[in-house]
Amino acid sequence: MNIISETVKPMAGYKVHIVKTEKYKTNTIVWKMKAPLKKEDVTLRALLPYVLQSSSEEFPTTGKLRSYLDELYGGSLFVDLAKKGEFHIISLSMEVANEKFLSDPTPLLKKAIEFLAGLLMRPNVREGAFHKETVENEKRTLKQRIQSVYDDKMRYSNYRLVQEMCKEEPYSLHVHGDMNNVDSITAESLYEYYQNAMKTDELDLYIVGDVTEEEVVGLAEERFQFSERTPQLIDSDKYKQKNNFHEVIEEQDVKQGKLNIGYRTNIKYGDEDYYALQVFNGIFGGFSHSKLFLNVREKASLAYYVTSRLESHKGLMMVMSGIDNKNYDQAIRIINEQMDAMKSGDFSEEEIVQTKAVIKNQLLETVDTSRGIVEILYHNVVSKKDISLDEWMEKMDHVTKEDIIAVANKINLDTIYFLTGKGDVK
Amino acid sequence: MEKITFDQLHEQLYYEKLNNGLDVYILPKHGFNKTYATFTTKYGSIDNHFLPPGKDDYVKVPDGIAHFLEHKLFEKEDGDVFQQFSKQGASANAFTSFTRTAYLFSSTSNVEQNLETLIDFVQAPYFTEKTVEKEKGIIGQEITMYDDNPDWRLYFGLIQNMYENHPVKIDIAGTIESISHITKDMLYECYETFYHPSNMLLFIVGPVDQEQVMKMVKDNQDHKEYKELPEIKRKFEDEPVAVAQKKQVLQMNVQTSKCLVGIKARNVTQSGKEMLKKELSLNVMLDILFGKSSEHYSALYNEGLIDETFSFDYTEENGFGFAMVGGDTSNPDRLADTIKKILLEAKGTITDESIERTKKKKIGAFLRAVNSPEYIANQFTRYAFNDMDLFEVVPTLESITIADIELAANELIGEEQFTVCQVVPKK
Repeated sequence: MNIISETVKPMAGYKVHIVKTEKYKTNTIVWKMKAPLKKEDVTLRALLPYVLQSSSEEFPTTGKLRSYLDELYGGSLFVDLAKKGEFHIISLSMEVANEKFLSDPTPLLKKAIEFLAGLLMRPNVREGAFHKETVENEKRTLKQRIQSVYDDKMRYSNYRLVQEMCKEEPYSLHVHGDMNNVDSITAESLYEYYQNAMKTDELDLYIVGDVTEEEVVGLAEERFQFSERTPQLIDSDKYKQKNNFHEVIEEQDVKQGKLNIGYRTNIKYGDEDYYALQVFNGIFGGFSHSKLFLNVREKASLAYYVTSRLESHKGLMMVMSGIDNKNYDQAIRIINEQMDAMKSGDFSEEEIVQTKAVIKNQLLETVDTSRGIVEILYHNVVSKKDISLDEWMEKMDHVTKEDIIAVANKINLDTIYFLTGKGDVK
Repeated sequence: MEKITFDQLHEQLYYEKLNNGLDVYILPKHGFNKTYATFTTKYGSIDNHFLPPGKDDYVKVPDGIAHFLEHKLFEKEDGDVFQQFSKQGASANAFTSFTRTAYLFSSTSNVEQNLETLIDFVQAPYFTEKTVEKEKGIIGQEITMYDDNPDWRLYFGLIQNMYENHPVKIDIAGTIESISHITKDMLYECYETFYHPSNMLLFIVGPVDQEQVMKMVKDNQDHKEYKELPEIKRKFEDEPVAVAQKKQVLQMNVQTSKCLVGIKARNVTQSGKEMLKKELSLNVMLDILFGKSSEHYSALYNEGLIDETFSFDYTEENGFGFAMVGGDTSNPDRLADTIKKILLEAKGTITDESIERTKKKKIGAFLRAVNSPEYIANQFTRYAFNDMDLFEVVPTLESITIADIELAANELIGEEQFTVCQVVPKK
């Protein structure tokens, strides 16, 4: 059975991925640009998509651009930035109504593809520079975006953990760049970066919906043309063996302490033991039947949320919880005990079956959304693997208790980060 | 079983009211993997003053009890229900709002078994003093988490500014102090009052066979005994038109200031079609004034007064309603003044052309939203509890005229109904 039927076509400088489905009342278009994370250009890269989505040659102001989207029955347009392993990924996404559900026959998919191509290929540029006011406005917003991480303590403590844990690695860079580098960006330097990115980034166009291959390939061919390139790879294995446990305690004016713990799993997406790692994470802390949830929350009443999650392309696992400042030692002790239980095989066959069922459910639910389909498929672009969802689930089905114990014993505790209230430091 | 067809949307909805009063809706969605079901009672944080069935006196219960009950319903004599759902490959959850408590699961296998689990666990409360005490620690941490969240504090601060007496001003989770008074007997009393099937709605959306699922639900309910419930009596004090407080500034550990402008609605006694038209008209108006394609948005953005966190919304329930506009800002006072000015001068900005454009935008947004089973189930329930029909949104939007917007705006916008809440960095 093919849960997702993806057609991939190589085009001029990019690939187009088509997923044909009649499930939705809308069609989704996602444009992805991938390049290695680098200190020198992380901030330029974080700014670029926001400038591109603000105006274009055809729609020189945001007001005009957004009015046009309103006319396309509220076509949605948004930007997303992500880190996947040591890569910095830009996404520009659009979703438009399928005109089949409207009384108005305007061909919305065609218009949306043309619109997106316009933003990417014919930006608002004069004399070798982006429109200056747009760049200045977006620089200001970028600063606020970076600053806002500080105000959300859950995000902040997660960011601080990664910063401490991956100090010497590109992965420690913030997805929205560095505050200190924003001011020096000019309309010229950003345009130069744009030209370079369009020449060297790995580019992928996803279209999900009630479409035909012919129509989509035809439109893409007509509207998106780039020069050929070889995607840049990185050797992230050089960070694999590091093991230098440290503990960082930071004091701030907060009522609830935020506990974030980072582990190196030494396993990445597509590795043979990756599927066992998924099951491990589910039993350990991924779900509401997990050891962390049962022991930290239900038994000890220490927390409202306690969970673990994987960063699949980097080989990390992160535990996060919100606890009373005074319960730090007890929480750490309980979490360590759960990890020891995993390493020594203290979990039942029933927990394995249960966890596999829930993961399978989660994957199938993810591909019920068009964005979920794109994110699942994009794993293969990042990892240079070709794993179908069916294969994924089948391999997970075959995971044994021994496999999970073996995975548990590959995992190393790396960094404990605790954000604590004032005057509570032990 | 009644069949309701929505031609334009290519959807069919099945409905039946069971003998015990439970409303059951099934929306088959073939092609989807997931089935999503919500079991919702018309009981939320505002229902804190009521007449328990068979009693002569009204009781007032501690703040946060509806939410507390939601947590405790998951725990049974033989462990918690999360375990059972995950054994059946489902994920379960629940939430409490001002007016509703919803229990839900989603799953891609064992759908009928999961549905049975959902109905049975909600209909079999098990509260003990010991488990009630244990929950106080967990919910205490939930409350503390929200205390540190500036956006939540801003939102709630604004509602508290608006309301003098109405319990919507009470934080849904209560306070650590208020929940300390909750006992198992109080939980049972709330349960007996509000969890009767005739006060509840079951919504199932996914790749299901409607006949089979309806039969299963009926069989399940036929095996349970329910006495007929007299009409639920809730008590609310009178609420003045004017806001309780014009301005509140919260100092918090943040770097960026935040500002929300609120308008307290009057005449919040409507329901059904009237309510739907008013709510949609006001949301169209706010979109014309503040949407990304508006002149005001561009001006505010270019001046650096707003960023991407800027948002706006009008929402109404029986007994309360409010508009909110704002977000992160470099100058909270200037933003508050500007938003207020725009709203007071709203009339001149609304044109037929802008209404038509915004309607198109809203229709597209609705199609996007109905891709989501979660949206359909949750919104349908909210609408049904207010005698509105979710599937009337598009036709109602299409019927809105400039006169409708002016009527709704005249009612909403008045000097004494304005209030402002701000979060600023601690000095």
